[in-house]
Amino acid sequence: MNYNWNWSVLVTEPYLDWLISGFYWTISVALVAWIFAFSIGCLVGIGRTLPNKFIAGACTCYVELFRNVPLLVQMFLWYFAMPEALPEEWGRWVKRDMPNPEFVTAVIALSLYTASRVAEQVRAGIEAVPKGLAAAAKAHGHGVAQTYRYILLPISLRMVVPPMTSEFLTVFKNSSLALTIGLLELTAQSQQIAEYTFRGFEAFTAATVIYVLIALVATVAM
Amino acid sequence: MTDFDFGVIWTSLPFLWEGLQLSLWLTFLAVIGGIVLGTLLTLARLSGILPLALIAAGYVNLIRSVPLILVIFWFYFLVPLVLGRPVGSFYSALIAFVLFEAAYYSEIMRAGIQSVAKGQKFAGQSTGLGYWQIQRHIILPQAFRNMIPILVTQGIILFQDTSLVFVVSLRDFMTTSSIVARTEGRLVEMYVFAALVYFVICFTGSVLVKRMRDRMAT
Amino acid sequence: MIDIENVSKWYGDFQVLKDCTSQVTQKEVVVVCGPSGSGKSTLIKCVNGLEPVQQGRIVVDGADITAKGTDLTALRARIGMVFQHFELYPHMTVRENLCLAQEKVLKRSRDEAVSRAELFLDRVGLSEHIDKHPGQLSGGQQQRVAIARSLVMDPIVMLFDEPTSALDPEMINEVLDVMVELAKEGMTMMVVTHEMGFAKKVADRVIFMDEGAIVEDRSTEDFFGNPESDRAKDFLSKILNH
Repeated sequence: MNYNWNWSVLVTEPYLDWLISGFYWTISVALVAWIFAFSIGCLVGIGRTLPNKFIAGACTCYVELFRNVPLLVQMFLWYFAMPEALPEEWGRWVKRDMPNPEFVTAVIALSLYTASRVAEQVRAGIEAVPKGLAAAAKAHGHGVAQTYRYILLPISLRMVVPPMTSEFLTVFKNSSLALTIGLLELTAQSQQIAEYTFRGFEAFTAATVIYVLIALVATVAM
Repeated sequence: MTDFDFGVIWTSLPFLWEGLQLSLWLTFLAVIGGIVLGTLLTLARLSGILPLALIAAGYVNLIRSVPLILVIFWFYFLVPLVLGRPVGSFYSALIAFVLFEAAYYSEIMRAGIQSVAKGQKFAGQSTGLGYWQIQRHIILPQAFRNMIPILVTQGIILFQDTSLVFVVSLRDFMTTSSIVARTEGRLVEMYVFAALVYFVICFTGSVLVKRMRDRMAT
Repeated sequence: MIDIENVSKWYGDFQVLKDCTSQVTQKEVVVVCGPSGSGKSTLIKCVNGLEPVQQGRIVVDGADITAKGTDLTALRARIGMVFQHFELYPHMTVRENLCLAQEKVLKRSRDEAVSRAELFLDRVGLSEHIDKHPGQLSGGQQQRVAIARSLVMDPIVMLFDEPTSALDPEMINEVLDVMVELAKEGMTMMVVTHEMGFAKKVADRVIFMDEGAIVEDRSTEDFFGNPESDRAKDFLSKILNH
């Protein structure tokens, strides 16, 4: 194997700019998607454990649907199929006038997909609370809302933190799928640099190091 | 809404079926390779030999912090370079998947081993069993039993992940669906159909896992 | 048989054992009691080296458990231990539970191991359950199997770590009966337990622990008839008065 190292390519214009811009889009997509995913995921996860059969069933359907279709297929459905399936005027607006279509689509797809995974963690956390505690709360006359607010959620919260950290990191990794609909995030930029410069090692190493740093920062921060 | 034309799927079925076969074959090989390599990594991490344990742990943590697509790009670029000749995207992808999934399988196994109560180790020790005897006869059999459902679940995730070979144009089910969608101009039908096929396979798998769990719980 | 000399142990900054000294001679039955968190379970786990100690020495049958280089596994094979939560191997049948260490540690043949397993299972009254898995047995039955699992190794001493505290009340006696039987046969025993009836019936001595220290270490009659320390009096009044 012979390979001529040339790390300076990474700080050469325009490649440095490409990397920085890729980093920016990765962070943007991941953070925005996480906010939605976390909110929706918590609601759906709690919904699955509710005594109301209809709500619980609907939430279960949501989780099964979004969890059992690859994220890439979902990404394509939102990007290519959704505008076609909408009423004509809306579809035209989405295709022509919607600002940042790749970004918006990536966020939608990533949020809804990640929400199904967050929901599973939330549900597992709630179900791990010993049954006796909910029974005790009921016996003391607390309603469903109070039981969740004062007993189930505070206890499950602690159990849910480690898996949530790992889901949070997964969002960053999965944001790379946005490159398939043309969003030039970090992985896409490193691939592009590799193609332009034939410096695959340097380009991919740069991206790898940045992802590792993101993971380290996120792990320490949580 | 454009009128749906599912006829296009019917005529493309043989082509799509080839793609699906490649997806399943890739999944199968990657699961086997991932479990074998994952077991080796786990043993290295638990070996008590510090350099070995550190290298294995470092590898697992490195792989787990980067996206699969990047790993696929890495190996698509790296494998021909290392071997000195082109090997085709299938083998590049397979190597990427095995090396990637091994890190995840290793984590599952480590968690499985840690899930066996500490008292079981004490019980083995108190009857004079040695470290490897305790691992072999007491800890690993229980750990493996506990983790079978999670290993299968990881297999389902891996099957979904194989769709990412789209980025190197390897003709799996995702890529063939996309080719049909574009050439026939039937994006909605094709992607809905692809979603449906993935859903049926993965949902069936997760139902099986749930059955397994319920049976083990009793 | 067991010599515990000035043993201290810490978990981080917290001292769980404070300068504990005692001994158990051959054929003696010693009960260790005390409030929860007093360090009694920790002490008994130290006796066969399941928990390391930071200071002091524990010598069992002439071998120093706490010294570096001691062959712990060989020594442990001769020290039987019964746990609070039984710790039977759930994936094995009763027979396999009883044979594993016999074959792997003592290198007995399968036939020999099985015949000893049958012998001791008969002694604890569970012969007909030999092919079952632990999960199919009641708690009391599981604990009797666990005792048999230790006995098949021909131990020179038996350690019991709260053997009845995870059991339903109606199952406690079936386990205690086996232990009384064992004591009468002359087995050397160290028993952590709250069962004061058992202590009165078979113990030669009682060790009372509190906050990691051995507070009293006296003959059974003296301990129950005339406890010296206020803490022991307090403990006894709480545990006996209902």
